[in-house]
Amino acid sequence: MDLAFKDDDLAFQKEVRDYIGAHLDDEMKRLGAQSKNGYIDKDGIVRWHKALAAKGWVAPHWPKEYGGPGWTPAQKYIFDLECARAGTPTLSPMGLRMVAPVIMAFGTDEQKQKHLPPILSGDTWWCQGYSEPGSGSDLASLQMRAEDKGDHYLCNGTKIWTTHAQWADWMFCLVRTDPDAPKKQEGISFILIDMKTPGIEVKPIITLDGPADDQQEINEVFFDDVKVPKENRIGEENKGWTYAKYLLEFERGNTYAPSIKRGIRKLRQIASAEQDGQGGALIGDPDFRAKIDDLEIQATALEFTELRIFAELAGGQNPGAKSSILKTRGSEMQQRLSELLVEAIGTYGQPFVQDTFVKSNEPRPGPDYAAPIAPAYFNYRKTSIYAGSNEIQRNIMAKLVLGL
Amino acid sequence: MDFAFTEEQTLLRNMVQRFVQDNYDFESRQKIVDSDEGWKKEFWAQFAELGLLAAPFAEDFGGLGGSAIDTMVVMEELGKGMVVEPYLPTVVLGGGFLKHGGSDALKGEVIPQIIEGAAVIAAAYAEPQGRYNLADLTTTAKKDGGAYVLNGHKAVVLGGPWVDKFVVTARTSGGQRDEGGVSVFLVDKGADGLTTRDYPTVDGFRASEVLLDNVKVDEANVIGEVDGGLPLVERVIDEGIAAISAEAIGVMKMLVDDTIEYSRNRKQFGVPIGSFQVLQHRMVDMYLNYEQSVSMTYMVNIKVDEEEAERKKAASAAKVQIGKAGRFIGQDAVQVHGGMGITEELRVGHYFKRMTMIDTQFGNIDHHMKRYAALSD
Ligand SMILES: Cc1cc2nc3c(=O)[nH]c(=O)nc-3n(C[C@H](O)[C@H](O)[C@H](O)COP(=O)(O)OP(=O)(O)OC[C@H]3O[C@@H](n4cnc5c(N)ncnc54)[C@H](O)[C@@H]3O)c2cc1C
Repeated sequence: MDLAFKDDDLAFQKEVRDYIGAHLDDEMKRLGAQSKNGYIDKDGIVRWHKALAAKGWVAPHWPKEYGGPGWTPAQKYIFDLECARAGTPTLSPMGLRMVAPVIMAFGTDEQKQKHLPPILSGDTWWCQGYSEPGSGSDLASLQMRAEDKGDHYLCNGTKIWTTHAQWADWMFCLVRTDPDAPKKQEGISFILIDMKTPGIEVKPIITLDGPADDQQEINEVFFDDVKVPKENRIGEENKGWTYAKYLLEFERGNTYAPSIKRGIRKLRQIASAEQDGQGGALIGDPDFRAKIDDLEIQATALEFTELRIFAELAGGQNPGAKSSILKTRGSEMQQRLSELLVEAIGTYGQPFVQDTFVKSNEPRPGPDYAAPIAPAYFNYRKTSIYAGSNEIQRNIMAKLVLGL
Repeated sequence: MDFAFTEEQTLLRNMVQRFVQDNYDFESRQKIVDSDEGWKKEFWAQFAELGLLAAPFAEDFGGLGGSAIDTMVVMEELGKGMVVEPYLPTVVLGGGFLKHGGSDALKGEVIPQIIEGAAVIAAAYAEPQGRYNLADLTTTAKKDGGAYVLNGHKAVVLGGPWVDKFVVTARTSGGQRDEGGVSVFLVDKGADGLTTRDYPTVDGFRASEVLLDNVKVDEANVIGEVDGGLPLVERVIDEGIAAISAEAIGVMKMLVDDTIEYSRNRKQFGVPIGSFQVLQHRMVDMYLNYEQSVSMTYMVNIKVDEEEAERKKAASAAKVQIGKAGRFIGQDAVQVHGGMGITEELRVGHYFKRMTMIDTQFGNIDHHMKRYAALSD
């Protein structure tokens, strides 16, 4: 057991660092530092996606046959580390990380040819149509109806909390094709919906961070007699639940530690810039420092948990129920980080700036770095709610990991 | 020993409750918050009519002679409505400075104006560099004949956009963080050289950066002792803590009640989510945190008029309790609401935001832990 990188890993690390350095532009960095919800604007995200795609690096977890880079676990880890170190934009995960593995595993050849290349190149934006107003944690109770009309389904219903639906070209969607199935999990199908289809309406949901126009993170999406060709179904009719669960394990199976550690570095910088009211900097306050150190130690434990889990996986696999460990601890640390940032900026947590992305001539009340911090703290309550709430994750672990 | 409220206090509570019920349901509150002005001046006149603005002032000035307990009752009920009108800045802080430090002439002039609703006041005690240290002041006041000339920058002055006057702390002598050399001034908003930069806050209030550029203040408008103002500032801020603790338990009560109610109605897996034991325990813990906070709020309001050391310890202890409990209750209220909790549509998220910001006012948990520790030595 050892951690040392081999010579070619070190060469790889340098290559990654150089490439990021040459392609991460100032605008991306500026917006990254001003984000209230972890994302920058669509333009910037797509620009970064395409920069990585041009180098063949945008989909580290894809198998090589589909355009993945074929990296070793060490290389993937190095890549994550370097991205976090530089503060690269968060990519949209819905295409690359969620629907793509499902299409690879269960899609037809045509579906693969149609959808995987534009996902890889960054030419299509995807959104996830799982949750409904009445079906959140109890996802299998979903109601959106897809009636069999011969060559197409006629869809009616509502999806909610749909991340970036306003920017999406496609939605992957769970619909009820058999309302009479004996078990609620059995009547569900997994379909792909072109967001330009008539009958779809996207309505913004305003979250506590007070997003600027068109920057909202989540939406409600209404379907009124929307026709979806049957060839857009993934896999078998009424077997959608199997594919949906497969996808969820990818959704939860991210690495969190590198970005948390980056956040901790940012916290240290801010605490160095903040005065303590006693003639020193906040970073010199032993009580505050202890809180940062405590979080950093927790993040190191998570980092090594991630390394252990991902070292066992070959490309294209997901960590199964163990992904719940990462999601639970990762989200709790993200939230703790956001809380400490609020503490760090003191009174200047109070002023509200709606559009933090806009460069204004008016100076802001307080330091520039302060404006997104309280909104981000409010927004990051989401991390213990979405992708299966942390209560649900603990239920999963109790059952599938502990066997209770 | 007696924890009962007097008949007058109960009437006062009922009156504020009725005001909030009639005027400050969540939808109305959001309309006020989103309006250009950000508050409703008519309500201020109504506060005056109801006698709320008179509650804590001596009868000599037309007040009702109430105590901290009366203020507590008012603030708790205002908290339940997330009322934005500047009761705390004007009556508790502005009024507090005048009551405890104002000359007879100044008291006689300004307190009746507060009571009538004619003087709205905000307290400009914080500075960008000072964190929560009330003595860390770079704003200066230089004697010039019968006046003082003020220069400096006061930070995040709550209620700033709405007021007629500011209470401003400034340094008349000494080094930046010396305890001595602090003085307090009552400054007209319209004074030459005073400008404000106004903005909304994340929890729906309004605040200002107040910039002082050679602002001349007559020496008659000095509040308290020249160079010896810090104990006055500390006393008034401790009273502010007693009041904001009461606001906080109003906010907490709403968070706890809304969460319990939501968990009864929201069904998943065919049952109300309130039937899941893990959420039941969470809500019980929210309730325990609330009860402990109520106790500490009573404690601080009973002790706020006691001698200095006792008062300071009580205020810091209460602020720590409110900060910790507020965080716990706010975060868990959102969690139990699931996705709905992070939307602007439900009021629970707005109470959560207010609760969060209460910790950043008058010193946060860490600040008051340290202050308490220093007093316990
Ligand atoms: C910012 C954000 C982005 C999102 N993006 C998307 C998206 O793109 N696409 C999409 O489909 N969905 C998305 N979601 C929805 C998300 O997956 C749901 O919010 C989540 O599944 C919880 O459902 P709910 O909000 O209905 O809460 P509920 O299911 O009503 O849960 C409320 C509370 O009850 C608890 N609870 C529920 N069941 C149990 C149980 N059995 N035991 C113990 N506790 C329980 C929950 O943990 C929670 O605390 C997003 C959500 C957010 C907040």
